[in-house]
Amino acid sequence: MAVTGIAARAPRRTPSLLDLLYRPEVRQVLFQIILIIALAALFWMIISNTAANLRRQNIASGFGFWNTTAGFDISQTLIPYTNTSTYGRVFWVGLTNTLLVASIGIVFATMVGFIMGIARLSTNWLIARLATVYVETIRNIPLLLQLFVWYFAVLKTLPPPRQSLELVGGAVLNLRGLYLPEPLPQPGFQIPLAVLALGVLASIAIAVWAKRRQRLTGAQFHTGLAALVLIVVLPAAAYFLAGAPLEFDYPTLRGFNYTGGIVVLPEFLALVLGLVIYTGAFIAEIVRAGIQGVPKGQKEAASAIGLSTGQTLRLVVIPQAMRIIIPPLTSNYLNLIKNSSLAVAIAYPDLVSVFAGTVLNQTGQAVEVILITMLVYLSLSLFTSLLMNWFNARMALVER
Amino acid sequence: MKLILKVVLAGAAGLFVSAGLASAQSDTLTTVKNRGMLNCGVGTGTPGFSNPDDKGNWTGLDVDFCRAVAAVIFNDAAKVSYKPLTAKERFTALQSGEVDVLSRTTTWTMSRDSAMGLSFVGIMYVDGQGLMVPKKLGIKSAKELNGASVCVATGTTTELNLADYFRTSGMTYKPVVFEKVDEVNAAYDAGRCDVYTTDQSSLYAQRLRLRNPDDHMVLPEIISKEPLGPAVRQGDFQWFTINKWVYFALLDAEELGVTSKNVDEMLKSTNPEVRRLLGVEGEFGKGIGVDNDWVVRIIKGVGNYGEIYERNVGPNTALKIARGLNNLWTKGGIQYAPPIR
Repeated sequence: MAVTGIAARAPRRTPSLLDLLYRPEVRQVLFQIILIIALAALFWMIISNTAANLRRQNIASGFGFWNTTAGFDISQTLIPYTNTSTYGRVFWVGLTNTLLVASIGIVFATMVGFIMGIARLSTNWLIARLATVYVETIRNIPLLLQLFVWYFAVLKTLPPPRQSLELVGGAVLNLRGLYLPEPLPQPGFQIPLAVLALGVLASIAIAVWAKRRQRLTGAQFHTGLAALVLIVVLPAAAYFLAGAPLEFDYPTLRGFNYTGGIVVLPEFLALVLGLVIYTGAFIAEIVRAGIQGVPKGQKEAASAIGLSTGQTLRLVVIPQAMRIIIPPLTSNYLNLIKNSSLAVAIAYPDLVSVFAGTVLNQTGQAVEVILITMLVYLSLSLFTSLLMNWFNARMALVER
Repeated sequence: MKLILKVVLAGAAGLFVSAGLASAQSDTLTTVKNRGMLNCGVGTGTPGFSNPDDKGNWTGLDVDFCRAVAAVIFNDAAKVSYKPLTAKERFTALQSGEVDVLSRTTTWTMSRDSAMGLSFVGIMYVDGQGLMVPKKLGIKSAKELNGASVCVATGTTTELNLADYFRTSGMTYKPVVFEKVDEVNAAYDAGRCDVYTTDQSSLYAQRLRLRNPDDHMVLPEIISKEPLGPAVRQGDFQWFTINKWVYFALLDAEELGVTSKNVDEMLKSTNPEVRRLLGVEGEFGKGIGVDNDWVVRIIKGVGNYGEIYERNVGPNTALKIARGLNNLWTKGGIQYAPPIR
């Protein structure tokens, strides 16, 4: 109001360019434009400077290497790859290997974390103390050291191929890895698969129906039991009725190593073990904090209205604890994804090892290769965050 | 705002990279002189080539090349700052100017001489890729290795030769690729692999570091040629020439019989070739931008090529490698240097 008052008293004159500059909305936009131009100039300078330097030093640049033959082998490939494939193919091999170890790591780390977190709150003195020792020891030792310990502990305990441990079901364990029989579907295998798919759909439908019925009438239904029959028993019956249409390729000792079957590399085992145990310790603390963060009155109120201990935990405590758990859980998932790049130290062929390692070295194009690698980790992390934020929004307490 | 912050940070990181490249631009000899130290990229521990001794001093064939260059510039072979580099780090370290010369059992190849912007100085050591296996496997030849697991260091020509060798022999193998030599060693020693492969000289060196060296044998086959030598950045011709002629001088000195013991007497020699080599006649040192007594400094500092070889990898060392192809051309080898005249 004061401003208009002064303007009204001042002698009228045509608005000059300077006046325009002093208007807050104009200044706001102007400074943003200046910032963007400055940033663009900075970027242009960096890029042109780098390009000029690379050119002067005669270092190849650009992404032409992507379609060049790689010429080296990789120990674990989830997609078809030979040493005559291209560097671009190496990138995809490395990426899928990273995704594999990260996703398996996240699943198991979550399980270990929840079990240990709840164990820390156990009324059993021994269980609670053991969980505390686990968390405090593992959390405070660098992951790289733990990976070395796991890797060389795994290697030192396993026998050489000729004295392999024969496990149940034709699996074999030795220094070269864990060899599992590979299932080969035969004609007719679609029948149990179809039954399984139908079973899953039916279970979901039953769950929805049971929930609605409970809300309306209060009557409960054994959803779990029904799902067990639909998802496990019926497909199993269908499988045997169809004449067990599955054959196995068993690993056999040929020369001085096993061939055939599916191989799980010791590097993979050690990496997953290391990541799961390390991240699990952090998740355990988050879970403990989350559960303890739920007001005691909630639990007391739940038992006052007659819920059992299990129901209290499942229906009252955990849903509220999740609100506290999910945000820090997300950052631990991100840590696990990024930590998986330590694979390079123990010969697991992840993205950093094969792409930012071997490809970088054979091509010498550090700028491009590192840029691509950083972009991949950035996208992976952002995608995980998005997913977890969505999950968090769903789990958030709906206040009325 | 978060995004802007990230952009600014990325920009700052980019500037560092370009600043590193920019510093590599100015004349290397002046930079080294001003710094008072030669930055030399060496290996992380290969007995005979670059390895710290029990007193923490770096020793080896590759190390001695850097000492020779330092002797030329500072008249003091000790003025070298060693940067241990893994196979993966080495080229970036040289390209970015972190080291002035890379002397680290590095194989001279065409792509490194072209697309990577390096210039190899010469062949300090003629080598070839070999294969080591535990004796208890009972293998006598590389042709019996079908289906083997092979331990190898990443970012090496070794990794590529290995693929070529198994492909052309129609055999399969499983690579187990580590970043550091120490990890390759530990994994092979733990029995993770049937085969350990690298340049044959290093194979003998690494065998000494295993728990029971006598339980392992190097197979007779050599599956590639590995000319190992020091490299510098492209774009500084003077620096390249200095390094190249340090290498030639080491060979010429051996050929003319100039050693660290007799160099002072040799200064009085009447042989015109010796007089030119030692700077008594002519101004050859000035021609490459250093003092005329440059070879005297090298010989007093580290000795000639033969002395370096005998001291580090020769028959009287733990490695016990005969001169073989690394002998002078006059003695049945292929080490040959142009004359100083």
